[in-house]
Amino acid sequence: MARENWQVEHVLRRAAFGPTATDLATFGEASVSTVINYLVDYEKQPDDVDSKIGQSDHVSVTTRGQFSPNTNIDDARQRWLFRMVHSQRPLQEKMALFWHNHFATAYSKIAGAFRAVQGTKMMALKPGDLPGPPGQIELFRKFALGNFRNLLIEVARDPAMLVWLDGRQNVRTRPQENFAREIMELFTWGVGNYTEQDVYAAARVFTGWNLRNATGGVATDPSTYYEFAYNAGQHDTTAKTFTFPIYSDGNRTIPARSAADGMQDGMDFITALAQHPQTARRLARKLWNFFVSELEAPDPAFVESVASEYLRNGTEMKPVVRYILQSEWFSNPDRWYSRYSWPTEFVVRAVREIGWAGFSVDAARTPLTNMGQTLFEPPDVNGWELGAGWFSTGAMLARMNFAATLAANQRFNVSRSATSYRTTPETLLDFFLFERLSPSPFDSQPYNELLTYLRAGGSWTGSDAQANTKTAGLVRLIVGAAEYQLI
Amino acid sequence: MITRREFIRDGVAAFTVSFAAPAFLSDIARAQGARGRNLVVVYLSGGNDALNTVVPYQDAFYYSRRPAIAIPAGQVLQIGSDSTGKTLGLHPRLTGLHEIFNQGRLALVQRTGYLNSSRSHFQGTDIWGTADPSSPTGVGWLGRYLDTLPAPVDALAGWNSTRETPRALIARTVGVPAIPDARTYSLSSPNSGTEALNERVAATQIASHVPVDRPHLSLVNGSIRGALDTLDRVALVNTYTPTVTYPNNGYALALRTVAGAIVRGIGTKVFWVQTGGFDTHANEGAAGGGAYANLMGTFSDGLLAFYNDLRNQGLLNDTLILQFSEFGRRISENGSQGTDHGAAGAMMAIGGAVRGGIYGTAASLDPNPANPTLENGGADVRYETDFRAVYSKVLDSWLGADSVSLLGGNFRQAAPAII
Repeated sequence: MARENWQVEHVLRRAAFGPTATDLATFGEASVSTVINYLVDYEKQPDDVDSKIGQSDHVSVTTRGQFSPNTNIDDARQRWLFRMVHSQRPLQEKMALFWHNHFATAYSKIAGAFRAVQGTKMMALKPGDLPGPPGQIELFRKFALGNFRNLLIEVARDPAMLVWLDGRQNVRTRPQENFAREIMELFTWGVGNYTEQDVYAAARVFTGWNLRNATGGVATDPSTYYEFAYNAGQHDTTAKTFTFPIYSDGNRTIPARSAADGMQDGMDFITALAQHPQTARRLARKLWNFFVSELEAPDPAFVESVASEYLRNGTEMKPVVRYILQSEWFSNPDRWYSRYSWPTEFVVRAVREIGWAGFSVDAARTPLTNMGQTLFEPPDVNGWELGAGWFSTGAMLARMNFAATLAANQRFNVSRSATSYRTTPETLLDFFLFERLSPSPFDSQPYNELLTYLRAGGSWTGSDAQANTKTAGLVRLIVGAAEYQLI
Repeated sequence: MITRREFIRDGVAAFTVSFAAPAFLSDIARAQGARGRNLVVVYLSGGNDALNTVVPYQDAFYYSRRPAIAIPAGQVLQIGSDSTGKTLGLHPRLTGLHEIFNQGRLALVQRTGYLNSSRSHFQGTDIWGTADPSSPTGVGWLGRYLDTLPAPVDALAGWNSTRETPRALIARTVGVPAIPDARTYSLSSPNSGTEALNERVAATQIASHVPVDRPHLSLVNGSIRGALDTLDRVALVNTYTPTVTYPNNGYALALRTVAGAIVRGIGTKVFWVQTGGFDTHANEGAAGGGAYANLMGTFSDGLLAFYNDLRNQGLLNDTLILQFSEFGRRISENGSQGTDHGAAGAMMAIGGAVRGGIYGTAASLDPNPANPTLENGGADVRYETDFRAVYSKVLDSWLGADSVSLLGGNFRQAAPAII
């Protein structure tokens, strides 16, 4: 199974979580466009990944009592990691991760206000598992490649967001600016496009977009749920004037409306933001960094082309992402391995390449925190510090230590898989560098250091004992090396 | 078609330099002044509501504009008045800071900020980090200071106790380690004994490679080297037993670790500690209680423990603590018993060399748009002291650096004489 289909591997690292050995067999001979369409048209693949939790041949989850991914946030994290490892719709999970960073919402504030059960439901409830609206992450999965304007509207009414940015307390007499500011600064077109007067006006737009306890039950009861409630009595019905056009005729004023019709203010405002060319460009720049490269600034031609795709398609994301993946910008070999992996991507790719038999994703939770990425707990509403920002010493130490943990856990599987390559240190090393794992190129000096490591401590015999020790150490060194951190 | 093997083995031009890893890193630390002066930056993340930290409790507009969240006059901790005769008090949970103030070792600088203050957390943080409101990208003000230290700069010249490297510590040539929890700052291996040692040697050698055409790999390698070069000394810091009991939270734990590094004479010049939750758009709490009171308690209790620990160790004169936040908050409360993003805030300096007292003047909170101490139509506090003037004092008088070159301008004239 020589790994020679470079472009397909590139696609699978960027638009999925890296190829497993099975994927390499499946896609080894496939054309790039086939793979891209397979990933983008993910609704053609089954959405049954959760039903595999607990089955053999899959990564494990760790249960403490009952596995409760809808009411216990650590279990919700395990479920999401499981999905990323095994989903047949990896691009859907990848985009959910993208939106989770874009609309960065942290569980701790939700749970601080509404306790752990409701906090987890608001972040991660899978529709149908318990009463209540879907958790925020399910919104991101549903709209993974959906319509951005519609996603924005759902986010504005999302219970977790209403708690996170305090919209639940946005009232007519003294409006609350938190969501109003961030929807412009972070969720759409970015700082520099609006004034303080616009923040005031936008805060008034969302007055009355609140939250209610739909069942009246106590927060600790899993059947209790909260939902969006438009509180007409708290909506500011007067006109709101902005410094930029809200309507296509150039009108900058959202008209005075009756309280009953007041939600239309928000629809008009969100539509204006979603359709603004600056929003299109900002999304294009973020998608450049996510899919194309973090080593080069976004190509202005890319930004303009992607922005116009986005606007031309009425803010639909699927044609935009397909366009990017099919573009020369994306496929250019100079851009292979030009993106720093997020901790979650690093962990999932390592598990998919090294193996998971007998490994629980729970063992990745604390390491992920030390690497700087706790799922459902971004550091602030701006999301994680991406790119080079992931690579502080403490975070890099956590990556190396996770590589050690996984290598130790998979020691015998890894060693056994290399049985026919044990003849010399060179054959063993080549097997891991070129077939078993997919690091970016090792130059000759670090390549020789890996050989030196294999030879250290005595002559090479290729015995089981030697292989069990050395392959684990070698996997740790490769996966913990800089060369493996790029995707 | 190029094969994976060819690509990986031959496709990349590179050369390798061997880092001259100093045999005794502690020698370098000593040469650069171990147990010399250090700066501990304390960042209140989220935009601290300075008007509820340093309370103008005789300003009637303070109460009329904050009917739910104002601190009652009877609860503030008295600290006297500023140069205009405006009486001020500290938040009632700042008992530790009040004690330090009464010892003459806390300087409060009111109305710190800059012209056209950003109301964005992220732009604001970048501006405070770079000390460059017009172009807040690139290296930070403390990173620029670290870059001026004589090479080779010790790997622990800077010490960041958070997971992400703050903008202020980003340097051109010096990497600052991130040590969010010194107890877990260690290296593990799938093997043990000699094999684990062999592996550590190999990891060090591999990370010493500098692929010239792939600077991004060098960046990651620099981080790996930074980790491997600092592990053992951080473990040494872990053995420190403090002289006081610190509160049990991440911020106080970080301060405790910083005290350990100072006592152990690691030689770190700049430490970074932060505590979050200051983006108080809602539920600040009424009458001096509630969420904001908890924030103040966390902030102050941790600092008092740190201060007393260093005093007991006889090291208070070596340390300067500098507190800031990315902006202050609006004067009027919103309908959620919180405050939205505003402008000027308050900075504090604490240490054995600090000349305690109240610097700068309080704003009048009269919402009249013509009120010169406010801006944005009377909504926000206008800055009086440019934050870079405070930085210049720290750089010049504490770190012995040249603030004019590091800040790209002369802010000395306006610098308050806090040290």
